[in-house]
Amino acid sequence: MSLLTAPPQPSLSAADVARIREDFPILAERPHGLPLVFLDSAASSQKPVQVIDSMDDYYRRYHANIHRGVYHISELATEAYDDARAKVAAFIGAPSADECIYVRNATEGLNLVAYSWGRQHVGPGDTIVLTEMEHHSNLVPWQILAKERQARLRFVRVTPEGLLDLDDLDSLLEGAKVFAFTAVSNTLGTVNPVEHLVERAHAAGAIAVVDACQAVPRMPVDVRRWKCDFMAFSAHKMLGPTGIGILWGRSDLLQGMPPFNSGGGMINVVHLESSTYASPPARFEAGTPAIAEAVGLGAAVDYLQAVGMERIHRYEMELAAGALAQLTQESGVTVYGPHMAARTGVISLTVGDIHAHDLATILDSAGICVRAGHHCNQPLMEKLGVPATTRASFYLYNTPSEVDALMAGIRRAKALFKIS
Amino acid sequence: MDELYRDFILDHYRSPRNSGTLENPDATFEDDNPLCGDRIRMDLRIQDGVVSDVRFKGRGCAISQASASLLTEAVKGRALSEVAAIGKDEVLGNVGISISPARLKCALLGLKVLKQALAVKYEPSTEEKAYPDGTPS
Ligand SMILES: Cc1ncc(COP(=O)(O)O)c(C=O)c1O
Repeated sequence: MSLLTAPPQPSLSAADVARIREDFPILAERPHGLPLVFLDSAASSQKPVQVIDSMDDYYRRYHANIHRGVYHISELATEAYDDARAKVAAFIGAPSADECIYVRNATEGLNLVAYSWGRQHVGPGDTIVLTEMEHHSNLVPWQILAKERQARLRFVRVTPEGLLDLDDLDSLLEGAKVFAFTAVSNTLGTVNPVEHLVERAHAAGAIAVVDACQAVPRMPVDVRRWKCDFMAFSAHKMLGPTGIGILWGRSDLLQGMPPFNSGGGMINVVHLESSTYASPPARFEAGTPAIAEAVGLGAAVDYLQAVGMERIHRYEMELAAGALAQLTQESGVTVYGPHMAARTGVISLTVGDIHAHDLATILDSAGICVRAGHHCNQPLMEKLGVPATTRASFYLYNTPSEVDALMAGIRRAKALFKIS
Repeated sequence: MDELYRDFILDHYRSPRNSGTLENPDATFEDDNPLCGDRIRMDLRIQDGVVSDVRFKGRGCAISQASASLLTEAVKGRALSEVAAIGKDEVLGNVGISISPARLKCALLGLKVLKQALAVKYEPSTEEKAYPDGTPS
């Protein structure tokens, strides 16, 4: 290994992005006769033709149920299903593919941890630590667990700027069993210091559960670097299909956990009165899984790796910085969330007294897709003191001219609402 | 778009008519549109079978708030039997603009709240009927 650090990888050039855009058939659509400006990838990304074709190919050429077939196409399907798992494992730095459990989405992955690990390890009087910026999917399962087990919930506060308030982190974590937090806020775009949070959790004797829904699609993620214990994310936000996600877990923890769902595919030996369970990951994948979706997820990982996560991350940051520079200059616009160094390409804003849904409707009439509402973050909205925000999020296929289109749409809304 | 956000819609949004609450209303209801977080409360004063006064309070998009404001103007001073007959078409007619399916819920939230307020006051709701000794916990 060289002692010199590698030169920083470049971002994506305009030509790169033009080529990337060719891969996304939906970008040729023209809603209301206008070019589609898709700024809602944080909710769900669009799909490249490579992902669509991989699933089509599976259904056309080798669809069969996996594992139990001894014929050729079932073997092909089984192989593709397991290959995709290996790709995902390599993508997130997992020491073993067996640590990657296919789930329906991140929400199911987080529920799996809360039910299976949580019910085994959390008891009366125990503490579960979350943050005030959690998506409902990383909040409600813990509320249910806490209620069932008479455990306590504690929350790391969010500062007015939209950062986690880490001043009293150690005292919040004292005696905690679990610290579950998001790597990146889906509402504010805040990038949390995951390694530090994991380290403090471990110092307090808690396990660290990371909601990586917004991180895995947009930045290099390595579970060995983060040293977390569980991590969940959804394929549909990272160019893959809906209906599949990953729960990664440390193998020693997974080995000790009871099943979440049960039935076929997750057993070793079944008697009428009792059964023994398969090892992970099969123990947690009861029933016929989402095979085509696993294939699609594998193709999405291939695509992201071919472009390069570091480049995607840099490019998205450039777009976000450009958008923030314009938005903060625009009168009447309020941007939520931290300064550029602590955030990513997810931007929540309000414009004057225009309700988020009115703004989104006006933007839609210009072909611009943004999200408006509470972003499954109601407690955080309360904290920000707004019922709803409009959120624009950027991804590798967006362009600086789409940022300009967003600005033009915002100015149109201001004119309609007579806001100067 | 210019059509959707016409001046009178913005006027009702920014200066809602009959805004506020009533003390000891004869009928009241509050509901929200969980998708958007739009919320509307409506209070009614009813005298001799007539809606003698009405107030609403809410937050949400221009469409939901303007539509509720227009609705309060439409019900004030009218007989309960007429108010009960107000339907979607009349409300959308008052709003006077074409509303996309995605925003229909916003435009009709005020009407939904009004109907619930009257239902709670004058007929036991299905839940009340099913559990005369109170709703199950
Ligand atoms: C931070 C975060 N966590 C969890 C989720 C839930 O993801 P899914 O709906 O795919 O389970 C989302 C998606 O909206 C998210 O942004």
